Amino acid sequence: MDITMPNFNVLWLQSGGCGGCSMSLLCADTADFHGQLRDAGINLLWHPSLSLESGSELIDLLERAADGRLRVDALCIEGSLLRGPNNTGRFHVLAGTGIPMIDWVRRLAATARQVVAIGSCAAWGGITAGGSNPTDACGLQYDDDRPGGLLGASFRSGSGLPVINVAGCPTHPGWVIDSLMALAAGQFSAADLDPLNRPRFYADQLVHHGCTRNEYYEFKASAEKPSDLGCMMEHMGCKGTQVHADCNTRLWNGEGSCTRGGYACIACTEPGFQEPGHPFHETPKIAGIPIGLPTDMPKAWFVALASLSKSATPKRVKANATADHLQVAPAVRKTRLR
Amino acid sequence: MTRLLVGPFNRVEGDLEVTLDIEDGRVSSARVNSPMYRGFEQILQGKRPHDALVYVPRICGICSVSQSVASARALADMGGLSIPPNGQHVTNVILATENMADHLTHFYLFFMPDFTRAVYAGRPWHADAQRRFDPATGEQARQAIAARQRWFTMLGLLAGKWPHTQSIEPGGSTRAVDSAERTRLLARMREFRRFLEQQLFAAPLEQVLSLASADALWDWDARAPLRGDFRMFLAIARDAGLMGLGKGPGRYLSYGAYPQPGAAFVFPRGVWRAESSSLGPLDESGIREDATHAWLADDGGPRHPRDGLTVPAGDKPGAYTWNKAPRLAGEVVETGAIARQLAAGHPLVRDMVERHGGTVFTRVLARLLELARVVPMMEQWMLALEPGEPYCASGALPDEGTGIGLSEAARGSLGHWISVRRGHIENYQIVAPTTWNFSPRDAAGTPGALESALEGAPVLQGETTPVSVQHIVRSFDPCMVCTVH
Ligand code: SF4
Ligand code: SF4
Repeated sequence: MDITMPNFNVLWLQSGGCGGCSMSLLCADTADFHGQLRDAGINLLWHPSLSLESGSELIDLLERAADGRLRVDALCIEGSLLRGPNNTGRFHVLAGTGIPMIDWVRRLAATARQVVAIGSCAAWGGITAGGSNPTDACGLQYDDDRPGGLLGASFRSGSGLPVINVAGCPTHPGWVIDSLMALAAGQFSAADLDPLNRPRFYADQLVHHGCTRNEYYEFKASAEKPSDLGCMMEHMGCKGTQVHADCNTRLWNGEGSCTRGGYACIACTEPGFQEPGHPFHETPKIAGIPIGLPTDMPKAWFVALASLSKSATPKRVKANATADHLQVAPAVRKTRLR
Repeated sequence: MTRLLVGPFNRVEGDLEVTLDIEDGRVSSARVNSPMYRGFEQILQGKRPHDALVYVPRICGICSVSQSVASARALADMGGLSIPPNGQHVTNVILATENMADHLTHFYLFFMPDFTRAVYAGRPWHADAQRRFDPATGEQARQAIAARQRWFTMLGLLAGKWPHTQSIEPGGSTRAVDSAERTRLLARMREFRRFLEQQLFAAPLEQVLSLASADALWDWDARAPLRGDFRMFLAIARDAGLMGLGKGPGRYLSYGAYPQPGAAFVFPRGVWRAESSSLGPLDESGIREDATHAWLADDGGPRHPRDGLTVPAGDKPGAYTWNKAPRLAGEVVETGAIARQLAAGHPLVRDMVERHGGTVFTRVLARLLELARVVPMMEQWMLALEPGEPYCASGALPDEGTGIGLSEAARGSLGHWISVRRGHIENYQIVAPTTWNFSPRDAAGTPGALESALEGAPVLQGETTPVSVQHIVRSFDPCMVCTVH
């Protein structure tokens, strides 16, 4: 491997996360994982789960990447950046090197053509920044929703782009692969990023789009306890009407999504999701009205529509909403004109 | 004596560093460092108890369901909730799906690639190993990734997604399965069984299960040498000396796996002792975590996790890892598939461990045999579901109380201890499988399981990352993000 290689070189490193974004990546919907990357011209220089090189072999590779002898087209960082204690970075010293991971990341980011935050940890700080944030965890270029993070708000990679935030906890394998393929093909520009620098192709959707509970939502027929079939917005904490992601149209592990699995969307693609300010699976309300209203919807409209639709709820929808399997099947009707 | 600092290891989950003292071409002493700390036990303080189910799966991406199950059990223990039979079966299937995927991932992606290394270039099996297990081009490695991807589609249906499902509740599962879905899931299970029978074992699983002794295994092996990846492993194990490499402490811990409705575990709970070949009961109250050599406060000496303490102390003299040293009645124990199958009386595993001890070979063997054993059980659990019956009991959690959640992850025994005051978490302690296996020395200076298993490992001339050390480390299938959390 050398600098003249035409391939799109990807270097993937982990720090203050759980490795779940890598495990999710391996669930990418393809019969030939390596073949798919190769066809897209993507060359994995090194990945924690998929490379032979260990110990001194890896350190040598990192040295060459950091001083520019090895071209890195995309530096993918998974996990939060641990600045503590007292800005020393000692909560993660890269094994075998004696050097804090945050210093390695700063050095490598300075030479990489693109820097990609894999998952909400690397994007915003994520779950590791929860509670009292004991390790002073942050994202590559954000601290929750505040620009800054490890690299600073003004950071631009070699390509001129800011850090690309492929947020999610875990992030969807399709979001990662589609992003890398677009980058490798030279078909990704600043216009493809949303206001939080997430790729628009998935961030311009809402989790609510395509949710199988949409009919329950329309009639405000709501789930009241875990395993109920109804819409989870009113009582169970679902944020799908506000959260940016295509989870219910680009499914997970075949035919899954959080709401299809019977539990609320907890906004894992959004900055600060780890500290919602209320129990995750309870909807915070004022005077019986959920505080988090659907994106782009004025409150008065929501209240009016909700009370109208509640009064018009079909018996079937109402009965099924609080059961774990169908109680009433849809009536059979003639669908022709006569 | 020379000293070698080895790391970063990859093909383990998380980051790992090992310091080796070497004399006469062998490791004379080893110290294991888990170099990353995130502080989940601190993050959880003050949270509402049910919110633990959002945080704890994110301790670890490779065994997130195991974390969820342990947490749900701790909450159920505190709240006095019991799970309806459907919920129990589905939880077992979800957990087994993750555990079996971990065994597959470990074998094909983490452990076997080391035999493609140049250091083995002279061995008769080397070219074959490269063809099968090269991380980027290996035919079998690539097929295993594809089989794993298909296998995990079961959790799309059963758990919404993997990793980090929220479908596992103290009262059961949030996702009821109807009969048509069950049919689909059974078909998916049989597809995975086909991969195991064609690629891994090159034999029906029932045939593998019937091998009840070392002699029976070697006879079976000799009838079709090198057929399937399992026999390839057997051939390499004999030639590369894996039988005697990396001997563990000889005491094995299992919390018991896959509880059945109203009945016992499928794989029982207990402590197996090699010297007496006997299974003793587990006394949970005998667990202590010793933080003498961890960069953590150790006020009050070793503590039971019920009142465990987690406060970083990065400058503590004598400390060399973020990991505490758990001990059971003062003793070092090993945990993992080998412990589960010893406790469960797997005749082949018991016979092999009697002959060779807990070593690189027997650890990997136990994992593969567990695959052959559990996949058929999963089919039975699916068939036991009663469509229309409940999957989840609901009930409020108390504002005060304590709970214990013990479970078996792929890598071994995982425990969560919670205490709640005024509706908020006061203390939450986690002891993960690799916390046991990769523990540092305790106050008495006794090395942890890996630390002692590394003693005696051969180091070849010029090696900076000794291949024997890599085999031993990876034979435990370590998960470093769980270890410290
Ligand atoms: S974003 Fe979530 S899944 Fe990814 S590393 Fe962080 S905690 Fe794990
Ligand atoms: S459960 Fe959530 S995502 Fe689904 S319809 Fe209701 S609000 Fe929308």
